[in-house]
Amino acid sequence: MTTNSRPAARKPSPSRIVVPLRTARRFYGHGMPNVNLNRLAGRLIVVEGADGSGRSTQIARIVAWLEGNGHATAQVGLKRSTLVSEELELAKKGNILSRATLSLFYATDFADQLENSILPALKAGFVVLADRYIYTLMARDLVRGMDMHWLQNLYGIALVPDAVFYLKVSPETLVQRNFAKDFALDYWESGMDLGLSRDMFDSFIRYQAMIAGQFHRLQTTYGFHIIDGDRPPDEISHELQKKTEAVLAAR
Amino acid sequence: MTKTFAELKFPGRLVAVEGLDGSGKSTQIYLLKRWLEVQGIKVFFSEWNSSELVKAATSKGKKRELLTPTTFCLIHATDFADRYERQLVPLLRAGYIVLCDRYIFTAYARDVVRGCRPEWVRGIYDFAALPDLTFFFKADLEISLQRILDGRPQLKYFEAGMDLRLSEDSYESFRIFQGRILEQYLAMAPEFNFITLDANQAIEAQQSVVREILGSRLKLSDFAANHAILRPQPSLKPLAAAH
Repeated sequence: MTTNSRPAARKPSPSRIVVPLRTARRFYGHGMPNVNLNRLAGRLIVVEGADGSGRSTQIARIVAWLEGNGHATAQVGLKRSTLVSEELELAKKGNILSRATLSLFYATDFADQLENSILPALKAGFVVLADRYIYTLMARDLVRGMDMHWLQNLYGIALVPDAVFYLKVSPETLVQRNFAKDFALDYWESGMDLGLSRDMFDSFIRYQAMIAGQFHRLQTTYGFHIIDGDRPPDEISHELQKKTEAVLAAR
Repeated sequence: MTKTFAELKFPGRLVAVEGLDGSGKSTQIYLLKRWLEVQGIKVFFSEWNSSELVKAATSKGKKRELLTPTTFCLIHATDFADRYERQLVPLLRAGYIVLCDRYIFTAYARDVVRGCRPEWVRGIYDFAALPDLTFFFKADLEISLQRILDGRPQLKYFEAGMDLRLSEDSYESFRIFQGRILEQYLAMAPEFNFITLDANQAIEAQQSVVREILGSRLKLSDFAANHAILRPQPSLKPLAAAH
């Protein structure tokens, strides 16, 4: 699907296409009705990380590499649902949602995409690349003081992915990358709603450190692969490619 | 949360009405509101599924039949959270009597009938305190059905539970769906101390019972608009720290 990425580090070998075996699927918690887990083939790979952590670059490279190797891919991300993405965008612009409301709005968006994009793609045997998943949503809510048990119950509807790659980048590097890209910091990515500091730069650094702290906490429960995102992109791609290969070969 | 607003030391009180579509609960809560207003009591009325913010998404979802049991539950929870955080809690802090036409029990009943896990649904609404009084308008299924079917012959897709594929016929689907919701309400009644009212009675007869119970349970003069507020700070912890 994606063609704008740079050439993959390794040459694809179309003659030897790995056919992934079906793996046992489960939900994190209570799950959702009307889903037959046994019918889900494919693989679900999540890439997590802050804005500027290199998520999109790395996803584009994984996609190019997968497709070169004969695997059909689908990409999903947050705030892209037909159901609520527009309304969510509007509400965020006005910054008028309270935190349980915002949290549930995002959960609705997530559930809609899970049911309408992720599950159908897995059923069809695609490798699904998720640009962020429940962990970002949980980390943001945890920073805003929501209760961990409440969030775990809420996101008990989520399917356990085959792998979660967390691109860990220091807040200082993130700032530089965000400026290099659009010379501005995003209101929400700076956690300005939290009133940490009126200085946006200062707020961004503090907020991103808090988010990283929550990811660290979530890591113990959800077992991410922590990828050192401060390295050059090629090195990161190489590591992700090897890990993705392992995911495809898993039984 | 397992505490009522009174138990959380809020100066205001929340009164909820629950029941099937066509049980006459909306009429009863309207009459209750009028009665309180006439007495100069601070009263606020809030309806299920009425948050301006979320409405657009909900109605789009319903119109295009985009909702699944999971998103149906979540979008209504979003609507509820918005009203709860922005209206209900502040008004209850200010000593209002808040009347809710449907509260969390509506979600408990509908979402479970749609196939969501009860623990999941209850966990989601865990940020909300329990009502101080819950009136359950219990009408015979046939009477509720008749009231709806007489007035509005065109049943909406989700209202009739058509998404559950209970029957191709919307009337038949509505009957089965409402019957299942009634079962859920009846099972919840003792657990949540519903005050069960006979909704088969005349409107006036029901209203006098409702007014009598409210008057006996609450000291209405405490909620008068000109009443001086000298009450302790409520002990509700922030929503997030409810556990």
